[in-house]
Amino acid sequence: MTELNYTIKDFKSDNEVRWCAGCGDFAILNAVQRTMAEMGIPKEQFAVISGIGCSSRFPYYMNTFGFHTIHGRAAAIASGVKAANPELSVWVMSGDGDSMAIGGNHFIHVIRRNIDLNMIVFNNRIYGLTKGQYSPTSDRGFVSKTSPFGTVEDPFVPGQLVIGARGSFFARSIDGNLKLSQSVLKEAEKHKGTSVVEVLQNCVIFNNGIHSEITDPNHRADRQLILEHGKPMLFGAENEKGLIFDKGKLRVVVIGENGVTLDDILVHDAMEEDPTLHLALINMKLPDFPVAFGVIRAVPAPVYDVEMEAQINEIQKTRKITCVDDLLKSGNTWEVTGNVNGSGSSKKCL
Amino acid sequence: MKDTKVIELEEVAIRFSGDSGDGMQLTGTLFSDATALLGNDISTFPDYPSEIRAPQGTVGGVSGFQVQFGHKQINTPGDNAHVLIAMNPAAIKANARFMSPGGTIIYDSDSFTEKNLRKANFATDDPFAELNMLDYTKIAVPISSLTQEGLKEFGLDNKSVLRSKNMFALGLVCWMFNRPLEYIEEFIQNKFKKKPVVVDSNIKVLRDGYNYGMNMQHMTPSYLVHPAEIENGTYRNINGNQATAWGLLAAAEKSGLQLFLGSYPITPATDILSALSQRKDLGVKTFQAEDEIAGIASAIGAAFTGSLAVTTTSGPGLALKSEAIGLAVMAELPLVIVNVQRGGPSTGLPTKTEQSDLMQALYGRNGESPVVVLAASTPSDCFYYAYMASKIALERMVPVLLLTDGFLGNGSEPWKIPSMAELPSITPRIAKDAEVFQAYRRDEETLAREWAYPGMKGFEHRIGGLEKNVSGTVSHDPENHQVNSEIRENKVQRVADMIPELEICGDDDGGEVLVVGWGGTYGHLISSVRQLRMEGKDVSLVQFNYIKPLPKNTAEIFSKFKKIIVCELNLGQFAAYLRDQLPQFTYHQANKVKGLPFTVSELKESINKLLED
Repeated sequence: MTELNYTIKDFKSDNEVRWCAGCGDFAILNAVQRTMAEMGIPKEQFAVISGIGCSSRFPYYMNTFGFHTIHGRAAAIASGVKAANPELSVWVMSGDGDSMAIGGNHFIHVIRRNIDLNMIVFNNRIYGLTKGQYSPTSDRGFVSKTSPFGTVEDPFVPGQLVIGARGSFFARSIDGNLKLSQSVLKEAEKHKGTSVVEVLQNCVIFNNGIHSEITDPNHRADRQLILEHGKPMLFGAENEKGLIFDKGKLRVVVIGENGVTLDDILVHDAMEEDPTLHLALINMKLPDFPVAFGVIRAVPAPVYDVEMEAQINEIQKTRKITCVDDLLKSGNTWEVTGNVNGSGSSKKCL
Repeated sequence: MKDTKVIELEEVAIRFSGDSGDGMQLTGTLFSDATALLGNDISTFPDYPSEIRAPQGTVGGVSGFQVQFGHKQINTPGDNAHVLIAMNPAAIKANARFMSPGGTIIYDSDSFTEKNLRKANFATDDPFAELNMLDYTKIAVPISSLTQEGLKEFGLDNKSVLRSKNMFALGLVCWMFNRPLEYIEEFIQNKFKKKPVVVDSNIKVLRDGYNYGMNMQHMTPSYLVHPAEIENGTYRNINGNQATAWGLLAAAEKSGLQLFLGSYPITPATDILSALSQRKDLGVKTFQAEDEIAGIASAIGAAFTGSLAVTTTSGPGLALKSEAIGLAVMAELPLVIVNVQRGGPSTGLPTKTEQSDLMQALYGRNGESPVVVLAASTPSDCFYYAYMASKIALERMVPVLLLTDGFLGNGSEPWKIPSMAELPSITPRIAKDAEVFQAYRRDEETLAREWAYPGMKGFEHRIGGLEKNVSGTVSHDPENHQVNSEIRENKVQRVADMIPELEICGDDDGGEVLVVGWGGTYGHLISSVRQLRMEGKDVSLVQFNYIKPLPKNTAEIFSKFKKIIVCELNLGQFAAYLRDQLPQFTYHQANKVKGLPFTVSELKESINKLLED
């Protein structure tokens, strides 16, 4: 393959980016464009598919093939794109409402099938494009234009759905952390199967600061656990804190206290098939735990689009029917001869 | 030995009928195939309940299969059956109204127990008297006990034994109509290859039934129906759903594209998905989606990616797909949507036929959202219209909606096999020059845009559901929206340039009454018109296969007749459409919404009434 010397510019379209000033989407766009430029994949092989919502304007800002579709259906449309042509690098851009409310059914089924897509879920926990209604990831009691007295329902945790749908890949990032986003996006593209990347994203207009407890620069070392495969689960300003598994539960410990040493700290294994620990990491929330980031789960599993082609290739090896003419003549047929001039009646007329 | 009474017939309709678990569909299909192989023209009509197993022995659970065959052209399965095979009393009850006066009823006398008679809601022990069917030829055959007797050496349990009683009935009917058993025996051997005892037992019962007829010939007449004089060629039997699937395959091969089907199972369209999922040998990709919406969404994704993309469904599924069809309209992608219509609204009559989705097909979307609408008119021409739907979609970059119906989808007829070479060419509008490519740059004549898909270097572009300008940039400009709305409509209208003109079946110069039909009613309409013309009536027929756009000469043809009657299986949807499109004419109507096809006699009555008015 010839060297592809792309820069971020090659992936920027001429369309003016029209998100609100200060929107977290800008940072994600930047991360995606940078990542794609570095992937070594020819630009024409990228297809960026979105549904409806602020984040779904994404394809217009990418100088790749792009399809801005209808609300909730991006995953289903992208399934058709990838199944039809497994050579492509297919990216789905979706928000919390698009993927987990109106598109919830497609979301779980694409994950179950393990179609090789990269799904970026922009989670701002609000409906931004329709100007501020609660979303399926808004917390119980959340006050919004359509829940003036607070919601009376519990939210989805995206990673739980991914595990529940037998997902093979789940990662979490945050809009402001370009380096982390780029690294998980790269892993997502490399992973064969449905790679779900939840990006905690700030809606500056309708839900400003929803993730600020996690991102607060003064506390983020204590509130964020950046996972790396094969590395101990350490966090804190001096990496002095860690996680252990105790009595069936995760527990935060401090190295040096109560005889805890580095050796006691869990080592992250993203490739462990059993999702128990991955789920526990996904569930961690403030204030008792840090929030987990990075690639939480990346296990090899059969890939739908690959299996689909393999089955066709296998059957074609021994096929008896090689073209439509063969098919038309297959099975029970009979000859009619001897009718004068083929006299009989045509079906068409009198 | 007495001579067998041999009756020569021009055509005969037989109805096999029993509990939905009695295997009547298979029995009818096997008889039909064996009959077609003998060179008769045939037309079949499966008529079954939507429950897989409705309560046994009840009228609601009766499954029927009617086949008409003859030595001349057969266009319908027959209004009424000349011969009824009834496996239980409920089958008599359910089918009395479908019997020709004075017809023959063969029934399993073992099943006429008090219990079964009550289940079928007969008040007395004489169902025939109760139904006023005294002048019918009734042949009581102890089918169940003869089957048991014949299989007593096989060591099978009673349930398995009784499962083959349909083969006894089939053997008997084959004798009556002089059908040899070879084809059926071959079928049984292939189907149960791995279960020799099932092969042996079924063939034994089949032959017992045949021999029973021969031995009892004093009471069962034998009928002779000569082969039909049909065009020379190679024939096969085909039903509408299979023909649709194969037409799509033919279009994919002709256009050089991969065929992709995204679909969700729904009666009566599922067989298209099954038929195409068998064709991995031809490289078809079938995607059984999580729902109807994902069915069309995945197809739209495949269309965006350069495949011949198809979704198949029935009425309720089409409703779910509406928004996505609008996306295909806006994105101007080639897409074929097949709707095998059934009785509606809502869940309606899932296994019954109707033509009531026409308005939904034409208008059932938000916004000005025109698509091309086609309708097939016989089981076998589903092949041709599926092919044409694909051709139009690919050459005009437009979604095409093909309407068939349960009657066509499940009904079968002999079909002269075409060769690929004789089918028209298909040239997809694949973009060639990246320098001049723009997402919505159009051909001046057809208004079709070009198709560029992922993988084509230098053609990277964005499309979507928002209104766009020529380059594919989102545009909210009022003038642009007006222009594009008109272009999308005109693009569909210009398809009229590539479709054949309407042909009159009857008098090209016009006359008194023009019967107008569309889609699957063709067989019944042509039979009615043919009979009326033989009676000297001034009646002609036009059958529409192209609904939107209408063929160019539609108004010209309409103007040649004094009266027009639009016959359709709904409350007047095509008539309403014609009133909108060609308001200068007066349209009379004949409508039926019973979940059943027209009968020739009721059509003749409607047309005669109009002739007399």
